[in-house]
Amino acid sequence: MEFGHFLSALTPFNLVLALFGVVAGTIVGSIPGLTATMALAVLVPITFSMDPASALILLGAIYTGAIYGGAYAAILLNTPGTPSAIATTFDGYPMAKRGDGDLAVALACFASVVGGLVGAFALLLLAPPLSKVALAFGPIEYFWLSIFGLSLIASLSTGNLMKGLAGGAFGMLLSTVGVAEVSADIRLTFGSQMLVGGFGVIGALIGLYCIPVLIDLVATPDRHLKVEEDVRSVRIGEAFRIAARSKFNLIRSSVIGTLIGILPGAGGSVAGLVAYSEAKRTARPDQKFGQGEPDGILATESANNATVGGGFIPTLVLGIPGTPPDAIVLGALLVQGVRTGPTMFSQSGSIVYTFIYGLLIATVLMLPAGLLIGRYAYKSIVNIPKAVLVPTVGFMTIIGTFSIRNSVTDVILMLGLGVFGWVVGRFGFAASPIVLGLILGPIAEQGFVQGWTIGSATGNLFGMFFGRSISQGIIAFTLLSLFLPLYTAWRQRKKPQEQS
Amino acid sequence: MLKRTFLKMGAALAVTASLASGASAAELNGPVNYIIPFGPGGESDISARFQQPFFKDKFGQDLVISYQPGGGGAVAWATLNGLSDDGQTIMGVNLPHIIIKPAQKDVGFKTEDLKVFHMFHFTPDAIIVRADSPYMTLEDLVEDAKANPAQVTISGSGKATANHLAHIKFDKMADIQTTYVPFKGTGAAVTALLGNQVKAEWGYSTVAATQGEEVRMLAVAMEERHPLFPDVPTFKELGYDMVGGAYRGIALPKSASDEVTGMWSDMIAEINNDPAFRQQMLDNGFAMLDVEAAGMEDFMAARSEEYLNDAREAGLIE
Repeated sequence: MEFGHFLSALTPFNLVLALFGVVAGTIVGSIPGLTATMALAVLVPITFSMDPASALILLGAIYTGAIYGGAYAAILLNTPGTPSAIATTFDGYPMAKRGDGDLAVALACFASVVGGLVGAFALLLLAPPLSKVALAFGPIEYFWLSIFGLSLIASLSTGNLMKGLAGGAFGMLLSTVGVAEVSADIRLTFGSQMLVGGFGVIGALIGLYCIPVLIDLVATPDRHLKVEEDVRSVRIGEAFRIAARSKFNLIRSSVIGTLIGILPGAGGSVAGLVAYSEAKRTARPDQKFGQGEPDGILATESANNATVGGGFIPTLVLGIPGTPPDAIVLGALLVQGVRTGPTMFSQSGSIVYTFIYGLLIATVLMLPAGLLIGRYAYKSIVNIPKAVLVPTVGFMTIIGTFSIRNSVTDVILMLGLGVFGWVVGRFGFAASPIVLGLILGPIAEQGFVQGWTIGSATGNLFGMFFGRSISQGIIAFTLLSLFLPLYTAWRQRKKPQEQS
Repeated sequence: MLKRTFLKMGAALAVTASLASGASAAELNGPVNYIIPFGPGGESDISARFQQPFFKDKFGQDLVISYQPGGGGAVAWATLNGLSDDGQTIMGVNLPHIIIKPAQKDVGFKTEDLKVFHMFHFTPDAIIVRADSPYMTLEDLVEDAKANPAQVTISGSGKATANHLAHIKFDKMADIQTTYVPFKGTGAAVTALLGNQVKAEWGYSTVAATQGEEVRMLAVAMEERHPLFPDVPTFKELGYDMVGGAYRGIALPKSASDEVTGMWSDMIAEINNDPAFRQQMLDNGFAMLDVEAAGMEDFMAARSEEYLNDAREAGLIE
């Protein structure tokens, strides 16, 4: 942790790598279907001929860039480029629709940098103690965490509670199709081999978010996004002022993101969502979340980038990767002869600390790089005529879905879900609850089966589900998020009656 | 003029001769696509990553690893025979998965559809406990399980997997009843062990290599002790006839020619015979295996019989 490691991370070669990684990652992340996992998997061999710390800096920079890049498509096309950016669509797309897309992209950049820095500093200063968080979470805690995630549907779909819950339930049903993760049963395939692999999250994201946007673009004569007539100056200053005013939101969301990032298997989508709903719960009366509220973007984007540093904590300290990109970094380290796990910080300290400083530097570089690419992405999406935009994006949805596992089936399922999503969208069912159900369903199922198995074996089923203190805390939050919106709605209804 | 004709004939003859010489005719042109039917970070991924630099070094081409998880590997294996058979695409295969999965239900591929040309290592089954566990020896665990039937909880990766089959087999041999808790992959099963959610883990010797002093391996399912763990007894030494684990190899599409298959079998064998590669694998807790294309049929037949018997007795298949 000495200053020397910081200097060794600062070599010109490492700086070039960090900059290249951030730019490449941002571009990859912005294209739905291309994931950080893919980019890292392809690039790992390049790192074999580098020294381990430089290799890690490159991989970490790509990863953090990709999580930020996911915001572009979320804001400009209402399609999360990565699952981490789901909650970015809630306020990002409404902002873009009303002509504030450039502001939204700049906000996402500031938030991502803050979140990335908080996560990386946690990794630098607190990794060994924080890795205990990963171990404190047993199966039953994951079960309750996913139930908590599902309960957020209630607070996110104000006025549409039943439709939100129905969408969540449908998503969970979809998640059970195919080979079950822990029981290995083959379920709901109706004898067809097509469904053995189940519904992939990325394919569902592309189908449920992007296809309805494309259909609407074709079906309506309006422009895709509203553009102001007068070309305004860069809105970086405005974005910075908003971000500075919401510093409390930024810090809280970054801490949430770091903590959830430490939990292997939970990931950026859950972190973004929890941070978003916390921001919404504590909102000022004049803030309208879901209709283009800047704080919504700040919360999600800071939280999901904080999961990068958070996720490396169990990867490096325990040798247990938090996310698929972490797992690839772990593999690259093993090839380099670096042993991750409990002894890594003492035995390979110089590599670890150079890497962490490299990650910090890459995060800082994301500020200028991200703002520039963001401006360019916004301008091109706004200026491209619809006749070009629709086929281009349509083509990318198909290539992106196919490339996940070279499967035509996935493309068919994606298109099917897309049309389905557009139809039910007409009746007020949003895409997000369905995708949430799809992501959280397997986590809930696994946690439940494992908790039930352990609970029955030790003869303490009730204590297993309700007697553990972390579980009780999550249950309390769940009840709060379920009933608070109902309570507020009830109070607001009561007020005018009292006055009259 | 005449001289030129002779030269041409000579060249043609030379080409024919080189074609006739068989295996040497097949060669790689360009990077190879190496598909892993699981996500990154597992034993399949790590061992493929170890092969990567050696392959580039020996044969001058890149081995490009991609992940196609889904259906416990079934999604990728079902697509293998539709891929190009010119030797530019290979796919990792795992035992017992490719034997048990198709026996359960129609998952889009059959075991014999996969042209496995080399099995290059296995991860031996092992029972692992936390360093602070009261179980100092395998006997301690067996005694506790006898005194408290079903109360000893053991995590493992998935169901109908090597871990699960090892659990069933050992419980029967030791005449005990323990509770197996399936997790998604080895990483999650180890997290549950370290987090004190379960009392032991059915894992592999690789887990003990990664976790070092945090854990204790009670026994390992090898013929002889693993060189990395000279103090850990084998199950055999302790009176349980258990040798095995999860076996990993590589396959080509069924339509690949004998030349291509032979070339690949030789190339992977060459990497496997490199002392530096073997050492790296052993240092990370793997155990080497050298089943080449020629001996594959017998190897697969023997493994299939054992796995299918175990799975049938356990009620996993009919």
